[in-house]
Amino acid sequence: MNNDVILRAVGIHKSYHKDRLELPVLRGVDVDIEAGKVTALVGRSGSGKSTLMHLMATLDRPDAGEVWFRARRIDNAPRAERDAFRNGDVGIIFQFYHLLPELTALENVLAPTMIGHSVLGYFRHRKEARRRAEAMLDRVGLSHRAAHRPSEMSGGEMQRAAIARSLMNDPQLLLADEPTGNLDTETGQEILSLLRGLNETDGLTIVMITHDDAIAEAADVGYRMKDGRLVTSPRRAIQAACA
Amino acid sequence: MYRWLLCFRYLRTRYIALASIISVTLGVATLIVVNSVMAGFSAEMHERLHGLASDILIECHASSGMPDPEKHLEIIRDVVGEDLAGTSVSVHVPAMLAIDFNGQLINRHVNLVGIDAETYDDVSHFGRYLLHPENRRQASFELRDDGYPDRDRMADWGWEYRRKRANYEKMLADERAMVRSMNGASSAGAEAVESEGPSMGNLVPAELRDADGDGEAQEFDPTKDQYPGIVLGIATCSTKHRDQADAVIDHFYCRPGDDVRMMFPNAADDTKVVNQKFTVVDLYESGMSEYDSTFAFVQLDRLQDYRGMIHPETGARSVTTIQLKLAEGADLNAARDALRRRFPPDMYAYNIQTWRDMQGPLLAAVQLETTILNILLFLIIAVAGFGILATFFMIVVEKTRDIGTLKALGASGGGVMSIFLSYGLLLGVVGSGVGLAGGLLFVDHINSIAGVIESVTGQEVFDPTVYYFSEIPTIIRPAMLVWVMVGAIAIAVIASVLPALRAARMDPVQSLRFE
Repeated sequence: MNNDVILRAVGIHKSYHKDRLELPVLRGVDVDIEAGKVTALVGRSGSGKSTLMHLMATLDRPDAGEVWFRARRIDNAPRAERDAFRNGDVGIIFQFYHLLPELTALENVLAPTMIGHSVLGYFRHRKEARRRAEAMLDRVGLSHRAAHRPSEMSGGEMQRAAIARSLMNDPQLLLADEPTGNLDTETGQEILSLLRGLNETDGLTIVMITHDDAIAEAADVGYRMKDGRLVTSPRRAIQAACA
Repeated sequence: MYRWLLCFRYLRTRYIALASIISVTLGVATLIVVNSVMAGFSAEMHERLHGLASDILIECHASSGMPDPEKHLEIIRDVVGEDLAGTSVSVHVPAMLAIDFNGQLINRHVNLVGIDAETYDDVSHFGRYLLHPENRRQASFELRDDGYPDRDRMADWGWEYRRKRANYEKMLADERAMVRSMNGASSAGAEAVESEGPSMGNLVPAELRDADGDGEAQEFDPTKDQYPGIVLGIATCSTKHRDQADAVIDHFYCRPGDDVRMMFPNAADDTKVVNQKFTVVDLYESGMSEYDSTFAFVQLDRLQDYRGMIHPETGARSVTTIQLKLAEGADLNAARDALRRRFPPDMYAYNIQTWRDMQGPLLAAVQLETTILNILLFLIIAVAGFGILATFFMIVVEKTRDIGTLKALGASGGGVMSIFLSYGLLLGVVGSGVGLAGGLLFVDHINSIAGVIESVTGQEVFDPTVYYFSEIPTIIRPAMLVWVMVGAIAIAVIASVLPALRAARMDPVQSLRFE
């Protein structure tokens, strides 16, 4: 496998079943996610981009095909290994933030560390974990909201908290499902700048699902999805035209 | 760690779950109160039953009794050995008690027991239940001057009362005699008048009346003399009822200082009825109506004399019953069995029983009642468990997206399941903990609470005319508390298993898309 490729999906097929009816969502998708780059997956609703992201995050399993992370196949890995992968190697952010409403921003950021450790293990490292969570909140500009619950925060703040949470366990890959889809343009831009900054300063690999072509244009690599297939890469198409 | 954090947060924010746990709280509190009260009643009953009956009772069914009690006691000492802590012999005989009450004759069937006051307290708590404080220290069959408790609204008990009554009856008799002589009435007419007065002698059959004649009656001065003493069970000669102010009062047909008549069979082969007057010297109140309404106690040697239980040649006195007290912790059943082997029923007409054997059906009934109550109350908690189940299913549905989020963050199905199991455990602990505190508090103040309920409803919660206790007896057994707590918590956890399984099996993608 190419060293630059952090995640590779090969020949992915996925269908959903509704009342005995098979609804194919992905029809043989091959995609390579290059390390250190921002990759955009753009497409209309129902094109299968979110399903592809779920498969890359091992939240779901493909009907056929393989998903590789670095040099290991993860789509058919045991459940515990896939849980550990989601907890440590990959960070996920969602359109609707998905913060836990009972927890404060700081506790939400600490959640991945709590999940990844036993009670004793967490207590042993809790000061360190707390320091890191505060640093993550500071990094997304949310240290003043550490003790606030999601219901007390704006959409942009919640998405920042979700980003801080996704970074907590120092993942190598960030999967973002429509991160600006529920935000106004200005706030959306702030979130995009934040993600771009993370990519530039930390070299964090980001896969961004979006239906907004403008956002896709700003990515290093872009793929367009249509009817469950990867059709063109807009960025590469532009690059090809220039060449 | 996250599961406990979420559990505690759910506990603070999901009030509906707290509402569902209230039934567990109430169930636990009720179980604790009911068990404590039942244990209190049961212990009180055991105490009283055991207090009256000795550990082991050897009854001879023959009317003439066991001819040689000393030899029997020697054999018993050999058989029981070091466990034997005390012995007493007595005579039990069925008898009819006749009380003269305002010219009316009241008859009661009683078990007349001749006891040796010196040794009887070694095997039972007889003395403890006598009303006169001096008699409680050392039982006596002599009427005392005063010092009886102030239980009777009609008269003070003791010699003073006896003298007053004797003087009154004497004056009444004199007056009647005077009226008769003035009217020159016929003897038949005189008899008719006499029968209207409170003279018991004329109301009992003539052949019985003659039995206590023996010439002493002319010299007997009731203001100075007494018949042989008798201690009556309080319910043989009194009733409880309420006065106009609804206070419970005793009403006595006879009282210490009165004379009563006893009729009982003699020990001869051609049985005859012995008719003997006794003077009531004290009353006996154990709180167990079975005893209080059937027992009357007299001196053993007197009863042996009256029944003819003395061997004409040897002078040996027979008894019908031997009572044994065993050392603390001794195995009563083993001792009973050993004695039964020594006195086999095909050779001896003896009935050898422990006090538990004698009260077996009653103790078993109380035990059964307690068991059934426990089952019913645990069913209440089980119903509460279904409430928790339904509530938890609602919470799991409500938390679908959060479950998806947790799985996206790497939480395992087991981890998600443990959130809801821990939540059930926590609710169980909180619910039963509050129930425990409430139950203990209730038990601690049960009498004042009963008082408040009585004052509000006007209905007596704990009727002393029924129970013979002035307060509700309670005993809190730590093992029972542990049992109830563990049971309630287990039900709460078991009720949360199905919702927790559902949460664990949720598809993360479906959960994240859940609206």
